[in-house]
Amino acid sequence: MRNYNVFSLARETLRGHKGWEKQWRSPEPKKQYDVIIVGAGGHGLGTAYYLAKEHGITNIAVLEKGWLGGGNTGRNTTIIRSNYLYDESAGLYNHAVKLWETLSQELNYNVMFSQRGVMMLAHNVHDVQSAQRHIHANRLNGVDNEWLTPQQAKEYCPPLNISKTSRYPVMGAALQRRGGVARHDAVAWGYARQASAMGVDIIQNCEVTGINRSPSGEVTGVETTRGTIGAKKVGVVAAGHTSVLMEMAGVRMPLESYPLQALVSEPVKPVFPCVVMSNAVHAYISQSDKGELVIGAGTDSYLSYSQTGSMHILQHTLDAIIELYPMFNRMKMLRTWGGIVDVTPDRSPILSKTPVKGLYVNCGWGTGGFKATPGSAHVFAHTIARDEPHKINAGFTLDRFRSGRLIDEAAAAAVAH
Amino acid sequence: MLLIHCPYCQEDRPELEFANAGEAHIVRPKNMDEMSDEDFEAMFFIRDNPKGVNLERWRHAFGCGRFFNAIRNTVSDKFLKVYKAGEPRPSDEEIAELLK
Amino acid sequence: MTAQNDQPFRVKGRGALSRAGTIEFTFDGKTYQGLEGDTLASALLANGVHLMGRSFKYHRPRGVLAAGVEEPNALVGISRDKARHTPNVRASVQELYDGLAATSQNRFPSLNFDIGSVNSLMSPFFPAGFYYKTFKWPAKAWDKLYEPFIRRAAGLGDAPTESDPDRYANRYAHCDVLIIGGGAAGLLAAREAAKKKQSVILCDENPQMGGYLLSDSDVEIEGLSGPAWAASVVAELKKLDNVRLLTRTTGFGYFQQNMVGLVESVTDHLSTPPADLPRERMWQVRAKKVVIAQGAIERHMVFPGNDRPGIVLAGAAQTWLNRYGVTVGDRAGVFTACDTAYAAAFDLYEAGTEIAAIIDTRSQVGDDLLAQAKELGIEVFTGAAVAATTGNLRVNGMTVKTATGEEKQFDIDSLIMSAGWTPSLHLYSQSRGKPVWDEASQRFLPGHSPQNCVTIGACNGAQDLATVFAEAAKAVGAKPTKITVKDDVSLAGGVIGTTGPAADKGKAFVDFQNDVTAKDIKLAVREGMHSIEHVKRYTTNGMATDQGKLSNMHGLAIAANMLDKPIPQVGLTTFRAPYTPTTFGSFVAHTRGSLFDPSRHTPIHDWAAENGAAFEPVSLWKRAWYFPQAGEDMHEAVDRECRTVRTTAGVFDASTLGKIEVVGPDAAAFMNIMYTNGWDKLKPGRAKYGIMLREDGFIYDDGVVGKLSDNRFHVTTTTGGAPRVLNHMEDYLQTEFPDMRVWLTSTTEQWATIAVQGPKAREIIKPLVSGADISNEKFPHMSVVECKVCGVPARLFRISFTGELGFEINVPADYGRAVWETVWERAEPLGACAYGTEAMHVMRAEKGYIIVGQDTDGTVTPHDAGLTWAVAKSKPDFVGKRGLQRPDLMADGRRQLVGLKTTDPKTVLEEGAQIVDDPEQPIPMKMLGFVTSSYWSGTLGQSIAMALIEGGADRMGEKLYVPMPDGAIEVEVTGTVFYDPKGEKLHG
Repeated sequence: MRNYNVFSLARETLRGHKGWEKQWRSPEPKKQYDVIIVGAGGHGLGTAYYLAKEHGITNIAVLEKGWLGGGNTGRNTTIIRSNYLYDESAGLYNHAVKLWETLSQELNYNVMFSQRGVMMLAHNVHDVQSAQRHIHANRLNGVDNEWLTPQQAKEYCPPLNISKTSRYPVMGAALQRRGGVARHDAVAWGYARQASAMGVDIIQNCEVTGINRSPSGEVTGVETTRGTIGAKKVGVVAAGHTSVLMEMAGVRMPLESYPLQALVSEPVKPVFPCVVMSNAVHAYISQSDKGELVIGAGTDSYLSYSQTGSMHILQHTLDAIIELYPMFNRMKMLRTWGGIVDVTPDRSPILSKTPVKGLYVNCGWGTGGFKATPGSAHVFAHTIARDEPHKINAGFTLDRFRSGRLIDEAAAAAVAH
Repeated sequence: MLLIHCPYCQEDRPELEFANAGEAHIVRPKNMDEMSDEDFEAMFFIRDNPKGVNLERWRHAFGCGRFFNAIRNTVSDKFLKVYKAGEPRPSDEEIAELLK
Repeated sequence: MTAQNDQPFRVKGRGALSRAGTIEFTFDGKTYQGLEGDTLASALLANGVHLMGRSFKYHRPRGVLAAGVEEPNALVGISRDKARHTPNVRASVQELYDGLAATSQNRFPSLNFDIGSVNSLMSPFFPAGFYYKTFKWPAKAWDKLYEPFIRRAAGLGDAPTESDPDRYANRYAHCDVLIIGGGAAGLLAAREAAKKKQSVILCDENPQMGGYLLSDSDVEIEGLSGPAWAASVVAELKKLDNVRLLTRTTGFGYFQQNMVGLVESVTDHLSTPPADLPRERMWQVRAKKVVIAQGAIERHMVFPGNDRPGIVLAGAAQTWLNRYGVTVGDRAGVFTACDTAYAAAFDLYEAGTEIAAIIDTRSQVGDDLLAQAKELGIEVFTGAAVAATTGNLRVNGMTVKTATGEEKQFDIDSLIMSAGWTPSLHLYSQSRGKPVWDEASQRFLPGHSPQNCVTIGACNGAQDLATVFAEAAKAVGAKPTKITVKDDVSLAGGVIGTTGPAADKGKAFVDFQNDVTAKDIKLAVREGMHSIEHVKRYTTNGMATDQGKLSNMHGLAIAANMLDKPIPQVGLTTFRAPYTPTTFGSFVAHTRGSLFDPSRHTPIHDWAAENGAAFEPVSLWKRAWYFPQAGEDMHEAVDRECRTVRTTAGVFDASTLGKIEVVGPDAAAFMNIMYTNGWDKLKPGRAKYGIMLREDGFIYDDGVVGKLSDNRFHVTTTTGGAPRVLNHMEDYLQTEFPDMRVWLTSTTEQWATIAVQGPKAREIIKPLVSGADISNEKFPHMSVVECKVCGVPARLFRISFTGELGFEINVPADYGRAVWETVWERAEPLGACAYGTEAMHVMRAEKGYIIVGQDTDGTVTPHDAGLTWAVAKSKPDFVGKRGLQRPDLMADGRRQLVGLKTTDPKTVLEEGAQIVDDPEQPIPMKMLGFVTSSYWSGTLGQSIAMALIEGGADRMGEKLYVPMPDGAIEVEVTGTVFYDPKGEKLHG
């Protein structure tokens, strides 16, 4: 595989860019692999990459029912941060942020990780208490997160409305400077290119229709729209559709799938220097390299696999955005889209072995899976290769709901008094 | 925005008046003390989450306040049937008929 | 300022505008004249101005290309004043008004001379996706150097800098038929539906109904010209009560169950918008049936040098001429692959524009067209292509490659082009219908929509008016009526993709705004981007503000050709709302400022405000936080309030507490299910602290419950928890225990609740109470009685959240303020104060009373919170009982609520601070728990705190540490009750 750098770009410029190789192969599926990954999003492709690179397993197929990177990887608002409360979460997401920081070099592919800072606003006393609890816990976990006064928050993000007379005045903010955004497609493409170069078969337009098991119960492979493919290990990394796939192996999941919408504005000159989230008024926003304001909405309230949502969700999101940034009222919505997120009861992911031998599952990221991509892929590859979790994902088991040992980030953040 | 027929009010009302209340027909056993941890997990955490026909609960929260059940296709988001809480789960044959 | 010339490209006798309506406007500070009814683009063209913008990536000079919403180039900023600046306005649809001030975008220092255009020279280095391949080394340089550079180049116009002062409105509507698009198809469908007495809404994005009829000079319908026929139908429809006509109204989004979002532009075309009109109005229409009549969009030709100012769509040229009386130049070339461009060419010729030649890629062209061209002396080259163009800020020549391979040069000042018409599938596709590929006509057409909608006219692939009218009548269930039509030109034909191999030689633009060329698309395919979604994302084709209205089909065809695959196998990118960019303000409408969310105020709120209270937001409520006196800060005020309550008394507005009336013969049985406590033995007239769990065993809410009689409970909840607690109760009552005879009523807003707390509490209220003996003996702690207070029917509780002797007076909300004031009149002379939530928090913490949501967080069991005593062991069932028995909820080492005292009594811990046993350990540290509540207790002269700590109950007396950035704070684990542990005051 040819390296990407300024010299290869210059050389190709002279040749009219005729010499660039395919970034990944499009092979026919083989009959048998060592590992099958179901789902060619960032997490799935990354898993294949780390299996090949760190565990020496290269006889891998990544099966994708549509086009690679076409699920939630290519449909999210690309926010990256790791200032989670619980040790398990902070460990997992911070592992990811560390990998993000060198991912462009690691993959020889510019994923445009921009550490412009992620600011989370507090609008009432409870928010402030919660933010402080996060900041203190983060500090002792080695995760950067700092408290800003409303004035400091405004200096960091000049468009922010900190008027004391707003309906929910900003009482301060928690800032993670190492947080930021990245180019979502590039993450999938970069992993795909390197994995493919190491021998991983990425098979698009190949929908898994069944998971095969031997009479004694262990996984033997999958049925697909392109035939039967064998493997002793199958990792399901299919955000949104996890329940459907796991059901094929007889495993019922603690998941619900909801539509999640997002939108961008028309592109404007740089005006918004960071990422700002507000849980109290439900809005998050950043500005892309192209100049679009990228705005995330909340989920709809009902299960849906339709990748569309209701208009009132968009309305509520924009209400909140304009409450915080009144000067954007005349900006125009350019495009909306939807993804399907699978949500666990404790709002933390599942990165786990399953009751079925040889079947592994990576799911339940809810609205926040993108940020974890490299970390999740890295420890999931370990889990598949060694048939035991990495210490970083040891807590994110499928059976925690039975015992009650939840990692309840949502409960810890929510509940008004 | 969905348009939802409340089986109590007998009216189509906008989704904003309703609150989704999750999967329908999950039975809370009479004697919960005898439940195994597995059964408790299945009742409280495990969900069908089907791609296709879903049996789910709604509450007409900003209307009559009543809980009811609905059958909805989670791919098209179309409602196939609504019925009052306590009415039996439609048989698979009935549901297949609704899909036609 | 006056205009320098008199619109040299305005053609006498063409168009519907009148010279009488001459108005002035400015573009980049220069004043021009236009006519009322012009668009900004038509007015600039009338003045000979084609250069209106710069492209996104290469900053290439660009002219206006289209006459409609598909315009990718001519985006301008329009400012009425500083706060009313709108970026990225399409000059092609912005209506001209007197005094309109527009500025070009994405250029520095000027539109004519733009330093950024150096990017165009460097463009060989910047093919599609170049940024993925470089800017990676050295790693640090991305954040510091490359990214800031790329970002500075980003964007088109400037975002507004001030809060938008304009208003936006929002309306809901229902109808039998919603018709989107008021062209020939939509107008006829509306007329037929109206005849059938259906309620009809017909909308069109343009200022006038008529669609392309307004641009076509040759059509005759029912004996009238196109514009006249459209006007006559509109006049007819306007008379009808069952028809609503909405012009300047775009159907932007098609949502579930036939809900369509429309946005109406109300004042953007007015010179002086009246103050009583909103700028835009959002319509949310729920239609029984939707008729989509969006029409078709003309494609440009993809050939080298196709982006120079002066090169326009043929249909746009025809529109500017026939509607606005403006010609695109003095000498035009024509490059086409379909018939409609001939009509445009003939119209231009008729209006005095010289036609240099018609270049048609087709080898077979209809005889009548060729004959007509010949008659006019226009040379036609069939099987030919434009291979190159020249001209910097305006096209000045074209090179034509003829069928025989010969090259010919033509001097031109404009070039009109048409690659055929793309049916608009946007709303059909948004309705979740799948586009179907029609191999014969090489187009995607609508198939079957899962919603009740019909697509008619040009967006359904109809190519002549007779078909359009037949479809329109059928769509609304009307019998086909015979309509006489004269319509010469068919929309058939065209080409998708590049024209000829020459496209590889120069820059043949597919997506104008984003500077995506045919070469870029081919490069993407070569690099393995085989799905059209990959091609789109890698090249950014179709991602500009026109969202691929011009470029998508071309990009798809080029990719399919490269892959040697049929077009449908490469796929079609999904159409997403909105159809055209839609103002945030129209979604937000009035939901701004104080109307963003309702504010809930108690009956006593105004008194608190009048008496100087500071308020804090708690869920939707505004609660009195503290009552500062002159010169006091918050800390001093809270200290004084606590001291006063503890030594004398205080009055507190507790009205926000949630209240639920639980009534019925099975009320006690129901309470037994919903709360952990036992309720059978509680006697009427007594109250009890209750804990509610979720089924999983974690604390959900708490509150004091008074039993008024055997079948009536007065339940209180946390302030924020009231709605979900009631929902939780209703859920169990309706679905798990429907046979229980119990009724639940939210009474939060029916009662005003006034807490009187402190040693003098009884003295204050005693004279006001009638019908009850409130002596300590007859009315002990945790009692409730129905009586009168100030002559008003009341529920009086003996209850305390401060640890002092206390009462809570519940009176009907309407009497709340009067009773409060009467209580205050007695309290104040006795030295009592009014206190707020902060003092309440301090005092309850001194007593170790928890606040659900602060000292618990959804992972805390009653045992963890030290409330084991409140869980009835003997009850057969309550919600959460089984959940509590799960292994991890019974395990050792769970976090338990304890008190903390700092070794230095003056140090107040931070709420949320973490607790460790060894502050010297390396990071990441093992955290044992965290501080949930922490206050300065003036009463005790020391700081106090509560914390959840692993195995906390077994750590009494242990020294632990709270590591802070500037050093660790030593603390001692204690019980949670700091004040009056024996409860003597409470029972006094």
